[in-house]
Amino acid sequence: MDFGFKLSPSSAVNLDTVDRRRYDRLVQLQPDALTCIGCGSCSATCTSASWTGMSVRKVLLGLQRGRDEEVDKMLSGCMLCGKCTMVCPRGINTRQLILTLCRLDKNGEVVR
Amino acid sequence: MVNRQPVVAVIGAGIAGLEAARQLAALGYKPVLIEKSSATGGHVAQWNRLFPDMTPAADVIEPLRAQTAGVKTLLGTEISAINRLKDEYNLVLSDGSSLLCQAVLFATGFRLFDASKKEEYGYGIYDRVITNRDLEHWFNTREDQRIRQPKAVGFVHCVGSRDLKAGNTQCSKVCCITAIKQAIEMKEEFPDAEVYCFYMDLRLFGKKYEDFYIKAQRDHGIHFIRGRVSEVGEAIDGRVVVKAEDTLNGKPVKVTLDLLVLMAGILCNPDAQRYARETGVAVDEDGFLKSRDNLAAITESSRPGVFFAGACTGAKTVPETLAEARSAALAIHQYFSKRV
Repeated sequence: MDFGFKLSPSSAVNLDTVDRRRYDRLVQLQPDALTCIGCGSCSATCTSASWTGMSVRKVLLGLQRGRDEEVDKMLSGCMLCGKCTMVCPRGINTRQLILTLCRLDKNGEVVR
Repeated sequence: MVNRQPVVAVIGAGIAGLEAARQLAALGYKPVLIEKSSATGGHVAQWNRLFPDMTPAADVIEPLRAQTAGVKTLLGTEISAINRLKDEYNLVLSDGSSLLCQAVLFATGFRLFDASKKEEYGYGIYDRVITNRDLEHWFNTREDQRIRQPKAVGFVHCVGSRDLKAGNTQCSKVCCITAIKQAIEMKEEFPDAEVYCFYMDLRLFGKKYEDFYIKAQRDHGIHFIRGRVSEVGEAIDGRVVVKAEDTLNGKPVKVTLDLLVLMAGILCNPDAQRYARETGVAVDEDGFLKSRDNLAAITESSRPGVFFAGACTGAKTVPETLAEARSAALAIHQYFSKRV
């Protein structure tokens, strides 16, 4: 039925119910991921960002806000060149982080 | 002035006043500490531990108290009026006596912003909303019915700071690092709790502050959310629901908390503003006392014989305050040396 308008699902993030299992497992395997300050150096230097929307900063944030689909879409744009690792001021091994993430499913289980 | 020991009235016996009095006595002057409350030590004496090394506040206060034991200290004493005389000041005290002095040192410190003025945060309305000072009081006494095994704790930075509408545009400077300290302490106290810090900017300027921040992230898993809390409401079970925008994500977030801690900011002590008027020294645009020069002479007022130390000229850390107290004592020494 067409009402002449439609409602989008709420984009608000409810931290009470958000599923952080994949993030929790990631930081267990790679605790340096906890120290991200969201500076955006990784995204600024990313070779594929302008074509694919890849951003390590957004990946880490998306994981903490339960946005797995967006995360996986971004990850698929990564070429593993490793430039983000070179510029991270906190010394996070972002390239390794991406590889680790690709091994985890939505529930945080190591599947690959 | 020869053969006479100049008297310096030190207004306020917090860490600035105590340290300055200690130095002035060592330089051969006669400091008189005037304190309106019933004990020395000021705000720091009511704190539990201090950043960034988790030093017990008593480790700072007790030596200062011991080293100023010989200084004349008037507790529970307020200043009713200050009269300017030629080269001297006459302080009329609340006990009816008066004190003639040759110099006045403002060590009047700060006042914490009254968090209930930010009504949208619900302090004084909701049971689970407390302030940074309330939390320190709990660390000291373990007495607060509002803190009961919280599973989710939030900290709101910049309450009454950087807030034109609240009447204080200043950054209170020490709240970011205090929030991180208290967040770590809560996480240590309640390891299963999720701890969130809502910030606009994290201003971690001091020695080892950034390391403290990394520690909070890496070792304690504290969640930092960049966004100012817009409103707080009470859920049916008495917990509080906090709304903010996650500005790094561009999406609104909400979270239900068992305890919300408001980082009340630093304002100039209103008593200091009154004393300043009576003494004839100016108040700066930011509401704090106006130094002769904000770069080169922060401890000097524009009036001869009137000096400043500590948070009366702006928010300060403990080491900054102590250094300024020593600097003020030296400025007073030079003032008297020139007059002889």
